[in-house]
Amino acid sequence: MSTLSPTIAGEVRAGALERLHGWVTTVDHKRLGIMYVAAGLVFFVIAGLEASLMRLQLAWPGLEIVPPETFNRLFTMHGTSMVFLVGIPIVFGFGNYLVPLMIGARDLAFPRLNAFGFWVFLFGGLLLHFSVIGGEGLYGAGSAPAVGWFAYAPLTSQAFTPGNATDYWNLAVLVTGFGTIATAVNLVTTTLTMRGPGMTLGRMPIFVWIMLTVSAMTLLILPPLSAAQIMLLLDRYLGAHFFDTQAGGSAVMWQHFFWFFGHPEVYVLMLPGFGFVSEIIPVFSRKVIFGYPTLVAATVSIGAVALGTWAHHMFAVGLGAPITSVFAASTMLIAVPTGIKIFNWLGTMYGGKLRFKTPMLFCCAFLFQFLLAGLTGVMLAVAPFDWQLTDSYFVVAHFHFVLVGALVFTIFGAIYYWFPKVTGRLLSERLGRWHFWLFVIGFNVTFLTMHGQGVLGMPRRIYTYPADRGWELWNLVTTLGVPIQILGVAIFVLNVLFSLRRGAPAGDDPWDAWTLEWATTSPPPPYNFEVIPVTTSRRPLWDLKHPDDPDGPHE
Amino acid sequence: MNAAATMAGHEMSHAWRGRVGMIGLIVAEASLFSVFVVAYLFYIGKSLNGPFPKEVLELPVLGTICLLSSSATVALGARALGRGDVRRAGLWLLVTVALGAIFVAGTAREWCELIWRHHLTIGANLFGTTFYPLVGLHASHVIAGLVMLGLCVVFAWTGALRPAHHERVEMVSWYWHFVDAVWVVVFTVVYVIGR
Repeated sequence: MSTLSPTIAGEVRAGALERLHGWVTTVDHKRLGIMYVAAGLVFFVIAGLEASLMRLQLAWPGLEIVPPETFNRLFTMHGTSMVFLVGIPIVFGFGNYLVPLMIGARDLAFPRLNAFGFWVFLFGGLLLHFSVIGGEGLYGAGSAPAVGWFAYAPLTSQAFTPGNATDYWNLAVLVTGFGTIATAVNLVTTTLTMRGPGMTLGRMPIFVWIMLTVSAMTLLILPPLSAAQIMLLLDRYLGAHFFDTQAGGSAVMWQHFFWFFGHPEVYVLMLPGFGFVSEIIPVFSRKVIFGYPTLVAATVSIGAVALGTWAHHMFAVGLGAPITSVFAASTMLIAVPTGIKIFNWLGTMYGGKLRFKTPMLFCCAFLFQFLLAGLTGVMLAVAPFDWQLTDSYFVVAHFHFVLVGALVFTIFGAIYYWFPKVTGRLLSERLGRWHFWLFVIGFNVTFLTMHGQGVLGMPRRIYTYPADRGWELWNLVTTLGVPIQILGVAIFVLNVLFSLRRGAPAGDDPWDAWTLEWATTSPPPPYNFEVIPVTTSRRPLWDLKHPDDPDGPHE
Repeated sequence: MNAAATMAGHEMSHAWRGRVGMIGLIVAEASLFSVFVVAYLFYIGKSLNGPFPKEVLELPVLGTICLLSSSATVALGARALGRGDVRRAGLWLLVTVALGAIFVAGTAREWCELIWRHHLTIGANLFGTTFYPLVGLHASHVIAGLVMLGLCVVFAWTGALRPAHHERVEMVSWYWHFVDAVWVVVFTVVYVIGR
């Protein structure tokens, strides 16, 4: 633990090896948070390049750029990475970094468990990618896993996927899951027991409320996935029959178990995105968040209802009218609290003194794109409509609007917003605008278009298609959006690398914000706060800045 | 500074961190178990061939009595430590370990019987497929608990266990109660409903 707080002078003197040692042995929530986000961004680039290859292959009918089996590996690695190695570590990395600062705590409740969670996640990520080399196993078959990110039975049985590729998928996801569960326990405990003086539950920043909700959800949904994966391991190696239809087992049971995790998981990823937006929009509208209690209630209800919507991924299985109807209804129901949130954000902006800095730009694009994602979501909740378009590019377009158009946009906004706090330097506003506009254009060229070939019936996961289906132009345009997005992301990477060294000094509170992380220095010291500030309202830093006009009486 | 506001959200005692963390672990473990329970319930009566539960399963009465009563002994141990009576705490924890060991031994005997006499393996049929993972997952949790409790006993002997550790032993006992509660469910599902 003595590695925690080297003096500034010691830091300067320390060689590269010592600095590396410092990062490897750290139990500081801020350093771990940074490592989570950085690792997530590295995997984001890898998985993004995998997607780019797939788009290149699909740009025109009959192309032979990647062979079919490689294509299957690409979409499996892309999906698995984006969910387990990009989405989860980035949102939990932000939670790691921000939750203790926002509630006025000095670290998470279990710092060493936190370090364990990170290293186990990183090991899982490396294990998944090691499959490229090790996946052949003794059978000489396969390399990277090719079973799709939801790995349906019976495709995952030894008969259909010999070799070790599927096991790499299974073990990698299992192991990262343990890390995520550890982090979730940590965040729940920290939020419930370590809030600073005056920080009641009703005064917590929305982001903290959201991390509390998704951590609680994680405890309920991730262990079932782990259980299903243990069953799959037993099936593959000990000859059990959980998902083996030949011996009376049920392949559909895997689907139930997987989606009982898989659907709430979408909210575990998306809710923190809402959290970023709920922190950024008020600051850049110069108003308090509109309808704090409804926003919290909507968050908790989304968390609760999300546990009962999973079978809408399985309408095409044929679950019978009663079950289908129940899940269609619950899926439409969840649109209600989600819609409430959109009004919270609009209400916050309404009449505000808007400042369109880069974080705010990303939030504005999020509002439009998330609305569209929600609308296609409600369309797909209608079972007969889903039967028409299930497993088509319409579905692919829908969930990329959620996970890229909404989540990735909010993550970029969050990085622009909190980068000054983490590094002490501002990201370049000019490069930020280039990044934003290129990404928003590239994203929409790719994914808005993608609804088109979906409605025209193009199924997902095909590696090529004949020329007579009328999909050519749609696919070409979809692919043409990719280089624009790549350019945007490249500018973002340059911006980060440039600003780390040359960015304008940020000061403690560059945005004139109101939550406690801005009350300490940038970057914060290892102990976060010299004296833990006393919270007297939902905007503790406003109160500290304006002792003559505190928020408390208005809440 | 408003005193009430200061107190309202102030950092709770250290003990609560352990308690909330343990509750979090228990919630996660419960959802892990529930999937195996659901799988077991779903596959009851769906085995294509024998051996069937009716023919081969016997009620593990002794093991169940031992395990359930060990919940009481571990509570007595934790309470003794809270009073500062380390010797008595060590004794009660030792009794708990012994009772837990009897349970595990019973499971081991049952499994030997099933495997060698009745030829029920994990691959024999759906009953085997669901029985061993569910009962085995629970047994492995019992063993993990025994390791923790056993360490407490050893620490009590060597004098490393002090009344100040009362809260930690209390947390081990919470885990142990949870393992017991899971057994009630497993017993009901496997030996009552499943038979």
